[in-house]
Amino acid sequence: MKALIAAALVLLAAAPPFMSDWLVFLLSISIAKGMVVLGVTMLLRGGLISFGHALYYAAGAYVVGFAGNRFGIGDAAITLPLAALGCALLGAAVGLLLMRFRGIYFAMLSLAFSMILYTVLLKFYNFSGGTDGIGVRYFSVFGLRPPQESLRLAQYYLTLALGFGMLYTGTRFFASPLGALMQAVRYNEIRVEYLGASVSRAILASYVLSATVSGVGGALAAYLVGHVSPQLAYWTSSGDFVFVAVLGGTGSVFAPFAGSVAFEFIKNYAVKLSPETWQLTLGVVLLLIIFFLPQGLWSLAARLRERHE
Amino acid sequence: MSTQAILDVRAVSRSFGMLKAVDDVSLRVDEGEVVGIIGTNGSGKTTLVNLVTGYLAPTSGTILLDGRAIAGLKPRQITVLGVTRSFQVPQIYTGMSVLENALIAVATRYRHASDFWRALRRPEWLREAGDLLERFGLAGHASQSAANLSEGGRKLLDVAMSFVLQPRLLLMDEPTSGVSAKDKFAVMDTVMNALAERGVTTIFIEHDMEIVERYARRGVAFAGGRIIADGDVSSVLAEPEVRRAVLGED
Repeated sequence: MKALIAAALVLLAAAPPFMSDWLVFLLSISIAKGMVVLGVTMLLRGGLISFGHALYYAAGAYVVGFAGNRFGIGDAAITLPLAALGCALLGAAVGLLLMRFRGIYFAMLSLAFSMILYTVLLKFYNFSGGTDGIGVRYFSVFGLRPPQESLRLAQYYLTLALGFGMLYTGTRFFASPLGALMQAVRYNEIRVEYLGASVSRAILASYVLSATVSGVGGALAAYLVGHVSPQLAYWTSSGDFVFVAVLGGTGSVFAPFAGSVAFEFIKNYAVKLSPETWQLTLGVVLLLIIFFLPQGLWSLAARLRERHE
Repeated sequence: MSTQAILDVRAVSRSFGMLKAVDDVSLRVDEGEVVGIIGTNGSGKTTLVNLVTGYLAPTSGTILLDGRAIAGLKPRQITVLGVTRSFQVPQIYTGMSVLENALIAVATRYRHASDFWRALRRPEWLREAGDLLERFGLAGHASQSAANLSEGGRKLLDVAMSFVLQPRLLLMDEPTSGVSAKDKFAVMDTVMNALAERGVTTIFIEHDMEIVERYARRGVAFAGGRIIADGDVSSVLAEPEVRRAVLGED
């Protein structure tokens, strides 16, 4: 299993220079969105379904949009930490309001917050560009600006490097006392409080971390697509992230990324196969996956490992 | 035994609408005491434990821990002050392994439960969790899901998680209910030996008089939300009112 993961990682690092531009883009955007899915998965660990993580995807992306458009700052070494910090602060504010809620109330309230951002971005034209959104034209890292022909590749490697960083962060989180405590919150909040730990603090800390990771994904997506629009914050984006989290499975930190890559590729090929009815193709394929792998795509890996043993 | 009162419940009442679940109860427990609380269902025993541990706030009266008022504090705050509890229905993390249950308790003890960068399975915590499970006879089940433990095992894990916090006062709500007759003494021996070793002041609610007589030195009998007898276990059990109201004798 470890060999398989290592081979996949090596392939991800070595293959792109030999791949077409659109394929490199598809892989990049999958990894960026995988970060948001990871954020959703972190909360799923505590039994909390966030139907509003598009809030941080959009907020991270608009930080890049505004920085370039308003302040002429296009360097990812500045904008990405800014997006992370901005989303951490936004996550802290929203998390403070959300941490008391569970189940459907948590899901719906988080959705409401993302729709508030959507509406603000949509209606305040002078501030956000309305439905037109904002173009992201500049891209550099530590002052280095890649030539146009290798822009996609440069952005891919930045995304991949940060993808590894988020993978590592996720691994640390899942193996940490906080990660375990989130699971404990899901199983028994009473015992958590009677151990002298704070359920609210655990949820808030995890929420802020999750928002930060998701914001970085959004910021990267802004560079990759070259444009940000209110649609990023729309509820269907949030729905996609939750769906992909379930599709990938919650058993491993790799699962959100595997799920995201699978989702983007299936969607892309569904459009290619049947431009008029691609949603139908996508739906059928995803239904089949969920039907045969109810624990998510990543459970396939566990099954293979069991068979191997 | 020192005479310092660790817990001092003064004229505490708690009502639920028209019902007075606990009615003007006063109870002073000295450091190191082992108190068995008896009473029929609905007599106010669990409500008293819920009041002392912060699950409920009293309608009137005061509760002092080492002379400090704790009534109205949250369970978490009272736990931090050194009061822990176990439950009639064991409150454990059923979806996690027995070892993970213990590790979370250990992490909480060291106030590191919200760490997200350091590992839960660090050597010193693994050692401490291992020792804890050994002491409570659960070492053989460490990697097993807590959901698969027997009722006795669940009770032990519930107490073990409270015990690792190094409480000064531990309240147990029916530690042997649901445990087979064959296992009940083994479960209690394990628990009481561990508590005695650390000199933890213990209050336990129990319906099984064999358990009360064997493990408690002091008995407190409840009926209708009030304390009807308090003193040496054998004398409390011999009181006519206790025999009638609690033991159901004519």
